[in-house]
Amino acid sequence: MKAIISVTGKDNVGIIAGVSSICAEKGANILDITQSVLDEYFAMIMLADIDALNIPFSEFVDLLSDYGKSRALQIQTMHEDIFNTMHHI
Amino acid sequence: MINTADILETINMIRQENLDIRTITMGISLFDCVSEDENRLITNIYDKITRSAEHLVKTGEEIEKKYGIPIVNKRVSVTPVSLIGGAHGPDTYVKIAKTLDKAADTLGINFIGGFSALVDKGFTKSSESLIAAIPEALSTTGKVCSSVNVATTKAGINMDAIRLMGKTIKETAYLTRDNYSIGCAKLVVFANVPQDNPFMAGAFHGIGEPECVINVGVSGPGVVSSAIARAGDCDLSTLADIIKKTAFKITRVGQLVASEAAERLGVPFGIVDLSLAPTPAIGDSVARILENMGLECCGAHGTTAALAMLNDAVKKGGVMASSHVGGLSGAFIPVSEDEGMIAAVANGSLSIEKLEAMTAVCSVGLDMIAIPGDTSEAVISGIIADEISIGVANTKTTAVRVIPAYGKKEGDNVSFGGLLGYAPVIKLNPNSPEKFISRGGRIPAPIHSLKN
Repeated sequence: MKAIISVTGKDNVGIIAGVSSICAEKGANILDITQSVLDEYFAMIMLADIDALNIPFSEFVDLLSDYGKSRALQIQTMHEDIFNTMHHI
Repeated sequence: MINTADILETINMIRQENLDIRTITMGISLFDCVSEDENRLITNIYDKITRSAEHLVKTGEEIEKKYGIPIVNKRVSVTPVSLIGGAHGPDTYVKIAKTLDKAADTLGINFIGGFSALVDKGFTKSSESLIAAIPEALSTTGKVCSSVNVATTKAGINMDAIRLMGKTIKETAYLTRDNYSIGCAKLVVFANVPQDNPFMAGAFHGIGEPECVINVGVSGPGVVSSAIARAGDCDLSTLADIIKKTAFKITRVGQLVASEAAERLGVPFGIVDLSLAPTPAIGDSVARILENMGLECCGAHGTTAALAMLNDAVKKGGVMASSHVGGLSGAFIPVSEDEGMIAAVANGSLSIEKLEAMTAVCSVGLDMIAIPGDTSEAVISGIIADEISIGVANTKTTAVRVIPAYGKKEGDNVSFGGLLGYAPVIKLNPNSPEKFISRGGRIPAPIHSLKN
């Protein structure tokens, strides 16, 4: 199972490091990252393998979302199937 | 990796454009609950519902988390209650309604549908008892929804039932007069009612349905509206294409959620209902879609054409996205539940006559319309008869859910709260159809019902 983690908000130091360390701690293996910074705004999309997650997926979703809130970022973690079904026939 | 633009599009649809799954509705058969003993019947019903749907809300919440998409309502529909209470009178039906309400509370769902009767050709004793119990049932419960099918294209129109429903709606309005006659917001009169509709207030678990089933209703007026706004000044063929593509994406999410819910609950997947269901929230309105298509205000001449195109394109896009499509499947135009419709009625652009014309080309009917509290039973029956005729003649579902708001007159505002919204009381034609309605009897089925 793979999850897409999307992070948007104002750019500041250590966003990728913060998200990555939560992933590492909880057993999510990061497979790919794309990021762009437009003016001061930051957008990152991360693909992570969540098969070896050591907490339930719903807790992982909340953990990242809470981390985002603490840094004024929006972090949404969704199972990749929603994107696959929506955009591929 | 999945295309970044696709990922951002999906996230934007959910965050900015109100994309959600409107309802996961579990249909439950109550046939095995039948008993001559009232207490046993009631215990059987409560036990069956709370056992079958025990994990419904939790499962819905888990799926919500997994895919990051809101699932607004988790609901239950049951076998039309008139089919399981045949041995009992109206008092027992009121008790059954209270039992359904209690079961809904236990499960944590917001509506339960199926306090229903099918009387398109005539009344059974039990359907008469159920209809007699409707006003009290709806005024003493909060979550129970009721519907009565009074006509089909095959059987014609039961005008005695339509006359009776005029009276029933008035009584329900009176009994819930302290709360803007809200009881009527939970009562629908149908023609050609679908057996697998997941949307309230008209949902019930049809007689040809399996023991238990999962039906899903998607939403997404905001997504369609934004896609049209982004398209700019293109012609209508291009616009139809854009709507189809958007409907496809919305429905695919519905299909994904439906199959996952069915699998997790160990219940067969029934259908995805392709309806565009609005809410009173800004940016979640079907009327605003029509306005984005180029109308100054919903209700303007051209509204029916725009809606017909929208409805058709939504179906064409949606049908390929789901393995089974059913329910009502079309654009909804409930006045009080649609911010743009409310505005159009308030500024005088949208009349009940125009709404009636619109229902000929979309689902479902004259829905959530507040009418003056002193409207006579015969006028309400006249409104129902007109709307039902459109359904019967066009072999489609139509319905009436009007609220004669007690003590309110044209131009006053009524507020039902939550998803049911608020609405200005609409103007009606004051002339009486009394003599026509009081003739009673049946309007014969149209000639095109004879297809065999």
